[in-house]
Amino acid sequence: MSVAGEQNQRGGINFARLLMSFGPLLFLAALIVVFTVLKPSFMDPINLFNITRQISITGLIALGMTFVILTAGIDLSVGSLLAFCGMVAAVVAKGGTANTLSLSTSGTQGYGWFAALLAAVVVGAAAGGVQGLAITRLKVPPFVVTLGGLTVFRGLTLTISNGGPISGFDASMRWFGTGLIGPVPVPAIIFAMAAILCHIVLRYTRYGRAVYAVGGNAEAARLSGLRVDRILVSVYVIVGFFAGLAAFVLSARLNSSEAVAGIGYELTVISAVVIGGTSLFGGIGSVGGTVVGAALIGVLQNGLQFNNVSSYTQSIVIGLILILAVAFDRWLKSRVRR
Amino acid sequence: MPAAEAASPEPILLSVEGVTKHFSGVTALSDVSLDIRPGEILGLLGENGAGKSTLLKILSGVMPPSSGRITFDGTDYQPASPQDAKRLGIVTIYQELSLIPTLTVAENIFIGRAPTGPLGLVSWRRMEEDSLAIIARVGLTIDPMTPVSALSVAEQQLVEIARALSLKSRLIIMDEPTSALTETEVQRLLSIMDRLRKDKVAIMFVTHRLEEAAAICDRMTVLRDGRLAGHLDRDNGPIELPAIIEKMVGRAASELYARPVQRAVAGDIRLSVRGLRTVRDPEAPHAIVLDGVDIDLKAGEILGVAGLVGSGRTELARAIFGADRIAAGTITLDGKPIAPASPADAIALGIGLVPEDRKHQAIFAALGILPNFSIASLGHFSNGFGFMAERRERDALAGFRKMLSIRMASAEQAIEGLSGGNQQKVILARWLARDPKVLIVDEPTRGVDVGAKTEVHQILVQLAARGIAVMMISSELPEVLAVSDRIVTMRRGRITGQMQGVEANEEKLMELMALDRQDAKGQAR
Repeated sequence: MSVAGEQNQRGGINFARLLMSFGPLLFLAALIVVFTVLKPSFMDPINLFNITRQISITGLIALGMTFVILTAGIDLSVGSLLAFCGMVAAVVAKGGTANTLSLSTSGTQGYGWFAALLAAVVVGAAAGGVQGLAITRLKVPPFVVTLGGLTVFRGLTLTISNGGPISGFDASMRWFGTGLIGPVPVPAIIFAMAAILCHIVLRYTRYGRAVYAVGGNAEAARLSGLRVDRILVSVYVIVGFFAGLAAFVLSARLNSSEAVAGIGYELTVISAVVIGGTSLFGGIGSVGGTVVGAALIGVLQNGLQFNNVSSYTQSIVIGLILILAVAFDRWLKSRVRR
Repeated sequence: MPAAEAASPEPILLSVEGVTKHFSGVTALSDVSLDIRPGEILGLLGENGAGKSTLLKILSGVMPPSSGRITFDGTDYQPASPQDAKRLGIVTIYQELSLIPTLTVAENIFIGRAPTGPLGLVSWRRMEEDSLAIIARVGLTIDPMTPVSALSVAEQQLVEIARALSLKSRLIIMDEPTSALTETEVQRLLSIMDRLRKDKVAIMFVTHRLEEAAAICDRMTVLRDGRLAGHLDRDNGPIELPAIIEKMVGRAASELYARPVQRAVAGDIRLSVRGLRTVRDPEAPHAIVLDGVDIDLKAGEILGVAGLVGSGRTELARAIFGADRIAAGTITLDGKPIAPASPADAIALGIGLVPEDRKHQAIFAALGILPNFSIASLGHFSNGFGFMAERRERDALAGFRKMLSIRMASAEQAIEGLSGGNQQKVILARWLARDPKVLIVDEPTRGVDVGAKTEVHQILVQLAARGIAVMMISSELPEVLAVSDRIVTMRRGRITGQMQGVEANEEKLMELMALDRQDAKGQAR
C-alpha cells in the first residue's frame, strides 16, 4: 500500500475516532434538548447542579470500574462494598454502632470525618485487593469472585450494623455530601477532581499504558514483560478505593449509612462505563467516555422525574436507552469505518 | 508392508485436474493434478508454503479453485461449503480438532442427528450403543459417554475418524495427524489407517513426516512452490526417502533468498544452554517437552533453529525466555547462570522474544503503534513519577521507523491497520528499543509478504552485526539457509544436528528435521 493510501485511510480513521468519542456525547446533548423542550425549567442551574450531585456517587465508582473493564474484568460487588464501607465510615465517625439520631455530636466520641474517610477508602481498597488476589491466584473468573463479593459484603454490612442504619454525623462530615463551593455541590467537585486524576493516570502514565495493554492482549502483555497479575489486582484495588470514597460521600449526604445502600448500583455503574464506549472485552475505553455515560444516565433519571414519569416507567426507559445508546455507538462506528 | 493388493482395478474416486488458485494476484496453487482410488492411501507432501493447505481448503469446500476440474465418484465436485463436502463424502480432519470438548463422545458423533425415540426425544441408549459400534471400527474401547475433553489428542482424532466413517465418508483427508502424537499413538493411527484401507476407504495423508508417509502410503504426490513436483509410486518397490526429499526441496536456490556474505562473526559465547528439560504440563499433557537441549549462542551471530511443528523449537524459546517452567538444566548469560522465572525476568536480563503467533502473542491490535512499540520499555520511556516521556518515546519510534523503514501513517494509527511485515517491524523495534543482548525470533516472517521477508532478514543480519546474539527459529528452510551463520536442527524436543550455515543445504536439514536418527550428528555444542 502506498504511503498516500495509508494517509487517506488514516484521515478516515481519525474522523471515525472523532465521531466515536462524540457518539455518546451527541446522545447526551439530544436528551438535554428534548428535556428542555418538554420543560424549559430543566435547564435551571439549580436542577443542573442537582444532577451533578446525583451522578457523583455512581460516577465515582464508574471511574474505578473503567480501570477494571479496561482489563476485560468486571466488578459486581461495588454496590455491596459501598454499603460496607459506608458502615465502616459510620462506625469510625461515631466511635461505635450506637445509633444517635440526635444531630448533636457533642456527646459522642467519634474519630472525626478524616478517620472515617480514611477507613472507608482503606477498607474498600483492601476488599478490592482481596478479590483481585482471588481472581489472579485462585484463577476464578472476576464475574464469579465479585458475585460472591456482592453477597459477602452485604452480609458483613448487615452483621456490623445489625440490619439498621447508623445515622447522625457531625457537620464537618456532612459538608462532603451537602456542602457547596460557590454554586457547585461538593460531591460534584470531588467527582470532577477524581475524573481528572483518573484521566491523567490512564492517559499519561506508564501504569495507564499497562492497563490498556493487559486488557488488549494479556498474553502479549506478559510476553512484553508486564507483571500482569499485579496489574489485575491493582484495578480491583482502585475500584474498591472508589467504592469507599463514594460510600463516604453518600453517607455524608444522607447523614446516615444504610445497610441497604447501593443495591443495584453495580448495574448503573457498569451501564455508565459501557455507554461511555468502554469495551467489555478490554483494551478500549476512556475516562471521558465514562463521565459522559454517567451524565447520560443522570440526565435521563432527572429528566424523567422532572416530567413526572413514574419510577417504574423510568426503569424501563433507562434499560432501553442503555441498549439504544450502545447500538447507536456501534452503528456510528460501522458507518464511519466503511 | 500391506500395499500391493491395492493394485486391484478400482475406479478412480477423486480426480483433480489442473487445479489453480490465485489470491489477489498471488498464485498459491498452479496446475496441480492428482487422483486417488478407494482403498488407497495417498501421501500429500511438501514444505511449508508448498500449497498443501490451499489444496486441502479446496477439497474440503472452504473455497473454490480459480480454475481446473475436480471429479468425485465420477461426477463434478463443487462443494459450496465444508458441510456440503462432508455430505458429498469427503471429510477433512484438521490439526485443530473440531470436536466439542464439553460434550460426550457419543454426542459428538451424533451431533445434529441424534437418534430419537417415539416421542421425538433423544434416545440416549441407542446413541450409546451405536457409538460403541462406531468407535470400535477405529479400535477405540472407551466409554462413549466420556466427555471429549477427557480424551488424549490421539483418541480425539480417532473419534473424528470414527464420526467420519459413520457419515459414510469415502475419502478422509488427514492434515498432519501425527504431529501431536507420541510414537505409540502414531503406530496405532497407522495401523488403523491400514485397516480402513482394507475397508476400501480412501485416505489422503498430509504430512511432513517422511518416514511415516513412506511406511503407510501407496503413492505420494509432492508439491513444491504451489506446483506439482511429482508423483511417487510404490508399484516399483518401496518409496525411498531421498527421492521424496529431492522432490520436496528440488528447486535451485530460490531467487527470494539471496545468501548474505559469510560475515566475520563469532564473538564470545553469550547464551549457553545445557541439558534443558521441561516437564509435561498436566493441563496440556500432549505438548512437546524439551528432552535435554544443549545450545550455545555467540554474540554477533545468527543461530538458525530449524525444526518442524512439534519439534520443540518454540518450547525452547519460551523456556529460555522464562515463559514456560524449566524442569532441569542450566542457562548462562555472559558466563553467569540465570534462571528467569517470568518473561519480565528474562527481559530485565537483556533477552527479547518475537513470538511465533503475532496476533495472539505480540500485538495489541486495537492500540496505536506508539504504545505497541514502547510496551516492553515503559520504564525507559517514563520519568521517576511514572509519567510517560512521550517526546522521547516518539523520537525513538521515529528513529526505528527510519532504520527499519516501517511504512506507517502516524504513531497513533492502530497497529492492526499495518501490513504483516510492518507489524513485525514494530515488534522488532519494541525489542531494539531495549538494546537486548539476546534476541530470539520465532518464525519471524510468518504472515509477512514476500518483499518484506527479505527486509526482515536484512534487519536480523544488521542486528547481529551490531553484536546482538540472534536466535532465529523457522520451519522455512530457505530462510534458515539465507540468514543463519550456524544452524541446529530439532526434532521431538532434541537437537538432532548442527552445522555451519555455509555447509548446510535443504536436503541435509530436512533429513535431520524429519527423520528419526537419534544421534544423527551428535549433540550441538
